[in-house]
Amino acid sequence: MELIRLDNITKTYHLGELDVPVLKGITLSINRGELVALMGASGSGKSTLMNILGCLDHPTSGQYWLDGEEVSNLSSDGRARVRNKKIGFVFQNFNLLPRTSALEQVTMPLTYTHANLSESEGRERAKALLERVGLGDRMHHQPSQLSGGQQQRVAIARALINNPPLLFADEPTGNLDSKTSREVLQMFQRLNEEEGITIILVTHDSNVAATAKRAIRISDGLIEAGAFGDISQGHSLAATPAEVVRS
Amino acid sequence: MRTAVRTFQTSLRALRRNIMRSLLTCIGIVIGIAAVIAMIEIGNGVSTLTARSIASLGANNLLVLPGQAASGGVSWGQGSVMTLTPQDVDAIIRECAAVRVAAPEVRGSGQVVYGNKNWIPMQITGTTPAWLEVRNWQIDEGADFTDQDVRNSGKVCIIGQTIKRELFGNEEPIGKDIRVANVSLKVVGVLARKGANMFGGDQDDLIVAPWTTIKYRISGRNQSSNASAQSSSSGASGGVNTLNNLYPNSSVQLYPAPSDVQAADTPQPIRFTNVNSITTSARSSDEIPQAMKQITSVLRERHHLREGEADDFQIRDMTELMNTLTSTTKLIETLLIIVAGISLVVGGVGIMNIMLVSVTERTREIGLRMAVGARGAHILWQFLVEAIVLCLAGGVMGIAMGRGASLAVRMVLSWPTAVSVPAIVASVMVSATIGIIFGFYPAWKASRLDPIEALRYE
Repeated sequence: MELIRLDNITKTYHLGELDVPVLKGITLSINRGELVALMGASGSGKSTLMNILGCLDHPTSGQYWLDGEEVSNLSSDGRARVRNKKIGFVFQNFNLLPRTSALEQVTMPLTYTHANLSESEGRERAKALLERVGLGDRMHHQPSQLSGGQQQRVAIARALINNPPLLFADEPTGNLDSKTSREVLQMFQRLNEEEGITIILVTHDSNVAATAKRAIRISDGLIEAGAFGDISQGHSLAATPAEVVRS
Repeated sequence: MRTAVRTFQTSLRALRRNIMRSLLTCIGIVIGIAAVIAMIEIGNGVSTLTARSIASLGANNLLVLPGQAASGGVSWGQGSVMTLTPQDVDAIIRECAAVRVAAPEVRGSGQVVYGNKNWIPMQITGTTPAWLEVRNWQIDEGADFTDQDVRNSGKVCIIGQTIKRELFGNEEPIGKDIRVANVSLKVVGVLARKGANMFGGDQDDLIVAPWTTIKYRISGRNQSSNASAQSSSSGASGGVNTLNNLYPNSSVQLYPAPSDVQAADTPQPIRFTNVNSITTSARSSDEIPQAMKQITSVLRERHHLREGEADDFQIRDMTELMNTLTSTTKLIETLLIIVAGISLVVGGVGIMNIMLVSVTERTREIGLRMAVGARGAHILWQFLVEAIVLCLAGGVMGIAMGRGASLAVRMVLSWPTAVSVPAIVASVMVSATIGIIFGFYPAWKASRLDPIEALRYE
């Protein structure tokens, strides 16, 4: 079942007199439960596409259906609502709030949720999530007291607090060493496998992309022909990231 | 609702995260509000003091004068009809709540003699002991005469400093007898120096005695029987000066006596005697109009005046002094408001400055919050609430500090400072308003950030 469908999406930036087309007509679809890598060199339009997919920006033209809803023409408030309900974000630089405990980091998005969740229910859910990412004993630690991998895991728990069907990871391992990278990628795989969460990994690193079952390559504002599903065959989910990295 | 509560908690958390900076940011407002509160409370004390000293000039005093007579369109002027009685004074004291104190005034005149010296005082006043209170005048030596002296027209008096100087020189005046218009009065007290009045008249050149004494022993006798007064120069215990002669004018019949029928047709209250004027003092300058209203209604009732009939008396207030009093108070208030305004604007700009820095510094946080679904309005409220909380906290601390300062002034200088509830309420409201005004721009700026750029901000 389709979660995302893009239909001829274009994005053009206006720099003074100059029109700079960045996306030149992207059409793609992503099904529920997929683990997709979005790849491309810098300047390829990868980030722009990610912003549009993540409802942070709106396309110049074209249609974008997310979870059955046309979101390309939503106002910024409407996009904020969609982001809150349907999308979780994990960033390269973790983006945790300074001097704030892990538990509060995770409950933070609930501030903007209209779901009927009481304060204590929210805390329970945040605790469960932190335990699931293996930080049950560090709930009251502040970011400065956590390692990079732990910080990223807090960020993952935060992205999952609203049970979004879609998780965006923008270079999630960019600031981590290879061992913690492996752990984090394993965690994505597990979430995808066990929870059925659709995950889009944005990366320029083919080793990271190899974790995914399918890769979408962008170059020069278009999806490269024949880019679908050519790297992930043969990788069972049991495969350790170490092997992935080596391959 | 829950979102509002959470936004509020988020703001508080953000402030707590930077507790030192929050406190320092507050200080502008703290000082502003403290200055306002302290200045208003101390200023109130100062204006109370000023009002008191102006009141000692008689700013709260009301003078009740008898009305005028007119015949055939010719008015005889002020005081040409004697309509005020000592009983009116009693009624005013009894029934007018806004009147603090009232005293009758009877004027006399004549030469004062002591030993080989003589003097003609500018003023000889007959009154009750309450008169000193109305005039706000203290006794320097000795004591005031008593109500007892008023009842039996005791032959006592108190004298002003000028009289003391002219008659006694270095001699001790208390207990000495002086002769006022050939009536011997014992000096029981000397008034404190009051100096010149507003027009240069010497206020200390006076003798004050019980009004009954002046009325029955001095002026009455002067009018009715000058000859006998001059003849009985010994005065003090002569038969002429006793109360036996209660109606000194009775010997002079200007008009034919009314017949019994006339008297029955025009029943009139028995009026024993008249006084020249009644001087009263209102409880405070604010209560002057009320006091005037009450005196008018009491006197109209006592004088049996019908609806529509003109008053047979007049009430004068000290408008000139009152204007001075109000303009002084206004001046102080205006100065306070200016100082308050300046310090609060300075404090507000300080808050805005820090909030702008804070927004810039927390751009990434704003981007993150937007990415996880915060709308512009959420961000706006978060920063606005932070600014308002800062200002309110500053306001509360400022109120405490201002109260402390005014208490200190009260202890050290013993100025009559007082808690000003309106000032406290106003400063809380003003600090919240300043929070909104100066917090809005930074908050609005934060809410307009583009999440993509905010997330990338370094």
